[in-house]
Amino acid sequence: MMKIRYVVAFLAAMIVTGRCLAAEESIVLASTTSVEASGLLADILPQFTAKTGIRVNVVAQGTGKALDTARRGDADVLLVHDPEAEDQFMSEGHGSTRRQIAWNDFIIVGPTTDPARVHGSSDSVAALKSIASTQALFVSRGDKSGTNTAELRLWKIAGQTPDQLSNQKWYRDVGGGMGQALNAASAMDAYTLSDRGTWLNFNNKGSLVIAVEGDPRLINRYDVIELNGQKHASAKFNAAKLFADWLVSSEGQKAIGAYQVSGQTLFNPSANSPK
Amino acid sequence: MSWAVNISPHVLMLRPSAIITNSELQDFIQIIGLSVGVSLAATTLAAAISLPIGTALAIYPFCGRRLIIVLINAFFGLPPVVVGLILYLALSRSGPLGALALLFTPTAMIIAQTTLAIPIITALVHRTSERAWARYGDELITDGATRLQAVPQILMIVRADLVTALLAGFGRTISEVGAVILVGGNIRSLTRTMTTTIALQTSQGDLSLALALGAVLVGISVSISATVFALAGRARSAGSDEV
Repeated sequence: MMKIRYVVAFLAAMIVTGRCLAAEESIVLASTTSVEASGLLADILPQFTAKTGIRVNVVAQGTGKALDTARRGDADVLLVHDPEAEDQFMSEGHGSTRRQIAWNDFIIVGPTTDPARVHGSSDSVAALKSIASTQALFVSRGDKSGTNTAELRLWKIAGQTPDQLSNQKWYRDVGGGMGQALNAASAMDAYTLSDRGTWLNFNNKGSLVIAVEGDPRLINRYDVIELNGQKHASAKFNAAKLFADWLVSSEGQKAIGAYQVSGQTLFNPSANSPK
Repeated sequence: MSWAVNISPHVLMLRPSAIITNSELQDFIQIIGLSVGVSLAATTLAAAISLPIGTALAIYPFCGRRLIIVLINAFFGLPPVVVGLILYLALSRSGPLGALALLFTPTAMIIAQTTLAIPIITALVHRTSERAWARYGDELITDGATRLQAVPQILMIVRADLVTALLAGFGRTISEVGAVILVGGNIRSLTRTMTTTIALQTSQGDLSLALALGAVLVGISVSISATVFALAGRARSAGSDEV
């Protein structure tokens, strides 16, 4: 009997601890693997916490999964980069405000041997067409992330639907995060679409180099979304609003712009630029 | 801590371009602490549940017992990611246990790991208790013990084997990544364990750092089981002196 009492006390203590950890001034930010893997959040969040005392717990997922996490009510605020999926999220009434905070760009990286002869190009669609016609290996995230949907949009312009692509031997859907896709591309000398931030912070490039960049279609914008209180009563709105406001404030924008990896700015602050 | 001194040269050797900073070292210590803490808590909880149940399954005959034993042995191979997914849905705000606000906390990780460890510990305890019951059961009953009283006595008899069972449970919990990354969320300095850190470092292409962490994980597992076996050995010889 004593034993059972100890177990019950232990369980209760754990639940209380868990709740305290959750109830301490902290919010859950559902974000994308690209923002986390680029190192941006680890750099700017401590500045926000130092100022407000609010801890930001980052759950890094693809944009599709992050939006789903918020739909289920498991996040307080979102930082994502898939305009179409975000439109859908907003029109379902899950979000209250959505503001752009920064942009950077996607790049197509590929092996130095360049089997598809696309190096130095700034036309992403022509490059994809050439990859398809030469049947050069291409790695896709395949995880419904913002980068994955951007890639599929480009393929569509290049005349390939997801169904057609999935039948191709040269099209490798790895179903994983950006780093996983880059690791795979590096291992099999394949092309892949990456956000610039993750690429610059990535340490296992192997023979991969930037093949295509500078296409306006490769712009990658990041939005912060606060949740709608009518749908998500359990979310911590005040703290989430403080965080979203900080990101678009001049202080937050400065912190984002100041983050560099090997001398390069990864995210261009854009809270004040037109959408 | 001596491991820190021991391991940092390896990290430096494997990652010549980087220097391990003080805050990195702090993160590192915290990650190891969380991993060991969560796994120990889960193993303890699982033991509190599995020890009496495993032995009771050997002692009490009842209809359907074989089926339960087969199921428990089958759950040995319970895929962690499935346990993680089910718990994720249960603990989610929109799930049945959402009001507890446990998703993305260490407690959620402990629950997941406990679930994974219970079948392993129960099955191993049952197997050894069954043998002990076959050998000493009649004796205990003749001495006037009820079946309920026999449970702790059988556990005492098989206590040496319990060490193996508990270590198997601990090994399962500390090495597991699929469940804790789902229900914990791999949140920095809150739910980031050694295994989820290794997954993260790999995803950032920091393969050498991931490998170094893997070595630490193996080192910790080995030293914990060595310590437990040494303690168990000492307890056993002390016990035999008394007899």
